Amino acid sequence: MAPVRRKRKKIEDPGRPPIVVGDGAAIPTKKDVGLFNAWRISFFGSLVVVVCLIVFKPDPYLRIFAFVPDGIWVTFKVTVGSILLALVIGLFTGLGRLSTRKIISGIASLYVEVIRGIPLLVQLFYIYFALGRIVQLPAMTSAIIAMAICYGAYMGEIFRAGIQSIPKGQMEAARSLGMTKSQAMAQVILPQAVKVILPPIGNEFVALLKDSSLVSILAVADLLRRGREFAAETFTYFETYTVVALVYLIITLFFSKLISRMEERISANR
Amino acid sequence: MPTAERHKMVSMEGVVKYFGRLKALNQVSLDVKDGEKVVIIGPSGSGKSTLLRSINRLEEIDDGRIFVDGINIYDPAVDINKIREEVGMVFQSFNVFPHKTVIQNLTLAQIVVRKRSKEEATERAMRLLRKVGITEKSSAYPNQLSGGQQQRVAIARSLAMDPKIMLFDEPTSALDPEMIGEVLDVMKTLAREGMTMVVVTHEMGFAREVADRIIFMDNGTILEEGIPEHFFTNPSQERTKLFLSQIL
Repeated sequence: MAPVRRKRKKIEDPGRPPIVVGDGAAIPTKKDVGLFNAWRISFFGSLVVVVCLIVFKPDPYLRIFAFVPDGIWVTFKVTVGSILLALVIGLFTGLGRLSTRKIISGIASLYVEVIRGIPLLVQLFYIYFALGRIVQLPAMTSAIIAMAICYGAYMGEIFRAGIQSIPKGQMEAARSLGMTKSQAMAQVILPQAVKVILPPIGNEFVALLKDSSLVSILAVADLLRRGREFAAETFTYFETYTVVALVYLIITLFFSKLISRMEERISANR
Repeated sequence: MPTAERHKMVSMEGVVKYFGRLKALNQVSLDVKDGEKVVIIGPSGSGKSTLLRSINRLEEIDDGRIFVDGINIYDPAVDINKIREEVGMVFQSFNVFPHKTVIQNLTLAQIVVRKRSKEEATERAMRLLRKVGITEKSSAYPNQLSGGQQQRVAIARSLAMDPKIMLFDEPTSALDPEMIGEVLDVMKTLAREGMTMVVVTHEMGFAREVADRIIFMDNGTILEEGIPEHFFTNPSQERTKLFLSQIL
């Protein structure tokens, strides 16, 4: 359960296209026929395995499947809550990094560097207990805030790259028409950047979904935690974690497919 | 054309601009009077675009002063956005907003900056689109337009703000040859209507026909200026002669 957080390794080599190694969910594209098949096999394969387990070995699998849905709901809430908050933090971080005011860009860069330099699991512990010293919040809220602060830094980089990908002339044209910097950002730059930003945000969403399993150590009854509770009571460790892994796999594969569909639509609209 | 009595729309005094160690503008002084059409020519890297861009402060200058309609635009107390509302700018790369339709390109700044109602902005936009000849494409997106059409939209977008002066930064340089004419025609119409214009261009035919004054720049300085008849037939500087012989 090592919280490895390197999304994409770019190995640049002059003259050759960069090699992009994603360690997040394999988001299939239409071009990638092999991957597409791999997606089908793993997705429908896991569904079939789940059905077989329930039908042929209802004890303990049916009991496990009856026990974990609460956890799925919690995992979902943590993921959606964190991603929404992380988007807000990311937007301000991205804008902050691009600010011409040294102090603002300095703070934003510091935040990004510090967060990227600390393992996610350590950050979660740290923010969770640091928050606990200031305010008394429900475990789930603290976990969401902690995840969002971690992911906000990565989101910030996505926003920054997205904004920077818009040609400089767009800002100049907007400013030439008398718009303020913020008007130009809101009306001209960000609406265009969204198209660039959406696919990597989809990746972040799937990555966050998986990383959300880390909150199980923070007294949040997510999918993994529910599994652990069940296993501890019944000593069916192998069976329980099989189910937990299958459920994560199905959810993750489902969302990667959804996101790749979305990406296709966006690129078709371009 | 009698220009002596008209007030100065732009006045540059000893403007200096560095890019790193390169002196892009070296003590440039230039006045543009109300209604005057000034065409700036010169080899690439001579500072023409920098000069033009400094007039609405897209480039910050390192020394000197620039007045637009009597206001010192580098005065810290001046709201540069207010100045820019009055100064239209057309770019080589069009810079139309690709996520907005043609009509939205024209109405956006009117609504956001000039605080016009949507109806008023749309009405004005349609009038300007008729003027530049793009009425039938008003609800298209820029990527459905040719380069010439995009540039005409960009011109109309600037005009929608009712600028007192229009700056053109090589408006036809990125266009296919067959589209240059349609953009120049729009600019000529504008000139006939009395718009104050500063144009950086390589279109010598346009310069000859429209300009009240031609300015030749080289190495960040104004090397020579004059009315087109003199400038093209009898330039005084060797550098100008060389440049004209290469380009004509």
